[in-house]
Amino acid sequence: MSDLTWVVPLPVVLPLFAAGLALALWRHGRAQGVISVVALTASLAASVVLLVAADDATLVLDVGGWSAPVGISLVADRLSTLMLTVSFAVTLAVLVYSLAQGVEDGDAETPVAIFHPTYLVLTAGVANAFLSGDLFNLYVGFEILLAASYVLLTLGGTGERIRAGTIYVLVSLVSSVIFLTAIAVAYAATGTVNLAQLALRLPEIDPGIQLVLQLLLLIAFGIKAAIFPMSAWLPDSYPTAPAPVTAVFAGLLTKVGVYAVIRTQTLLFPDGRLDDLLLGAALATMVVGILGAVAQNDIKRLVSFTLVSHIGYMIFGIALSSDAGLSSAIFYVTHHITVQTALFLVVGLMERRGGSTSLDELGGLAKIAPVLAVLFFVPAMNLAGIPPMSGFLGKTGLLQAGVAAGTWPATLLVVGSVTTSLLTLYAIVKAWNKAFWQAAPVELPAVRLPAGMVGPAVALVALGVSITVVAGPLFGYTERAAAMLRDPDQYVASVLPDGARGEGLSDDVALAPSDTDPQDDR
Amino acid sequence: MIDTSPSLALVLVVGVLVAVGVYLLLERSLSRVVLGVILLGNGVNVLFLVAGGAAGGAPIIGLTDESEMSDPLPQAMVLTAIVITLGMTAFLLAMAYRSWQINAHDEVQDDLEDRRVARRAAADQAAFADADTEQTTTLDEDAAEVRDETGEPDGAASGAAGPDGRVPR
Repeated sequence: MSDLTWVVPLPVVLPLFAAGLALALWRHGRAQGVISVVALTASLAASVVLLVAADDATLVLDVGGWSAPVGISLVADRLSTLMLTVSFAVTLAVLVYSLAQGVEDGDAETPVAIFHPTYLVLTAGVANAFLSGDLFNLYVGFEILLAASYVLLTLGGTGERIRAGTIYVLVSLVSSVIFLTAIAVAYAATGTVNLAQLALRLPEIDPGIQLVLQLLLLIAFGIKAAIFPMSAWLPDSYPTAPAPVTAVFAGLLTKVGVYAVIRTQTLLFPDGRLDDLLLGAALATMVVGILGAVAQNDIKRLVSFTLVSHIGYMIFGIALSSDAGLSSAIFYVTHHITVQTALFLVVGLMERRGGSTSLDELGGLAKIAPVLAVLFFVPAMNLAGIPPMSGFLGKTGLLQAGVAAGTWPATLLVVGSVTTSLLTLYAIVKAWNKAFWQAAPVELPAVRLPAGMVGPAVALVALGVSITVVAGPLFGYTERAAAMLRDPDQYVASVLPDGARGEGLSDDVALAPSDTDPQDDR
Repeated sequence: MIDTSPSLALVLVVGVLVAVGVYLLLERSLSRVVLGVILLGNGVNVLFLVAGGAAGGAPIIGLTDESEMSDPLPQAMVLTAIVITLGMTAFLLAMAYRSWQINAHDEVQDDLEDRRVARRAAADQAAFADADTEQTTTLDEDAAEVRDETGEPDGAASGAAGPDGRVPR
């Protein structure tokens, strides 16, 4: 394998540098747009290169030449690179959408000067979280993306956004504090925060401490991923942001939490002690989320609740602790990022065309905007799991894995999944009915939808449909990813080739691990 | 073998800071919540120092004996956490000030749409108005309109027009 490790930090470094450049050029909106698009396209290309390369062997970069665990390492394995590729594709589409919206609105709505640097910092944080091989670097990645998301959520400083933003910031701060506590506990117990070394050392410490650590990490990531009962903040805060911002949040931020759950559950706690708890949480998330969606009258809140509900599907796949379950969960994450972002972009278009997001005021959109009707219908049916689309394929995979598991909690969840799918269909059809088929109570003013905004929505919907077309190879990839994840020794072997140190400088600096106890070994 | 048992004083400090921080976090005014966030963050930072083992000399080779060095890694992590908390606190204060400008108070407010849905659910009303969920006639009026085989003229019993103006035939 040719040494492609130099590509590993690019998805983090390129957006960060571009953010600095965009901030320096804050008076030139056009230049900012060009910088953002170029940076994200280059990062997407780097992610695709990593995606192909990681299928052969995991790529590990020891940052600064300091060997892991003395230094920080970035690890690009199959799961990370798949998440990276889908995330960058989605962020690029949303960026083009928001550029077109900025051009159309004449910068009246959003202060574009801060939008581009913050957006790029957000993508850099997401990439750092996906690539991190270190628990503390994961925390830093989370904080980067959270700080950027605080700014993006409260863009413009209007009353409604400040109200919702306060809730979001405080809940995220609590999750960060819990994550930090978990890192402190991990360091106190094992003397390291490097994921590979933690995987080696955790089986040796007291099982009670392991459980405490697992629970702390699950709560911290659960708040971020909006798992019930820690999901109430999401429908409260996400719908108030500008439409492209909500789209990016819905597509990315919760999935970073799900990624962190997958990584820690498979690598650090492979014995599956909390699987029943996770199954219960998954069922509750699915059912409570979709019942919330059914009760909503605002289409943005409705889609936010379906977002919460479908996180339950991914946790279901993870909690099954089987190759099939994990593979279907990863497939579902890939599908859901694309479809949810596409749906939020289309809802933004609906808000623009109809002037409101309340289902009481929208109506008759199918007649006056038939393209919009198709753009809504396809991802909505995809979300509801109608064959032959990727939602159906993902759900079938999860149901098959659940049935194969055979235990009564898994069977209960299979029943719950099908019920949630039907309720999602009900909520979606209700929204479709009211917004597109029924007549509007008041005649809607004619608003032009610019091609720059419709284009990215079409591209994302097409990407969602294309996942159906490439579902075979994609499922093959996720199965290989799942098989590798369920075997933690492979991860440890790629980061620490000799079981103690990575490649790079360290032997002169730190003591050899064989002579001393773990507390000295840094 | 290094003695890794933490000092009781530090553990008590962590406990007090976290407890006070959580208490303030549950307040309504955002300024108090910010104070709670700061205290909570600092409590966790001290927890990191506890996790790092006993205090010692500066961890520089040649300056301190290797068995008496303090652990530099938790100190580095605490520095990062302090800086992150600094940025977040500044942002929260700016938000509190903005809320003050807009609302003349800085209270953390509830989710209004959620309240509205819950209120309507408690009153057993539909969450939304719809063409086919509106109840315009009662069951008796509907029954009076329906033809039956008793031979009586419909509506003879009630004799009144329905609320939509139609007189039942």
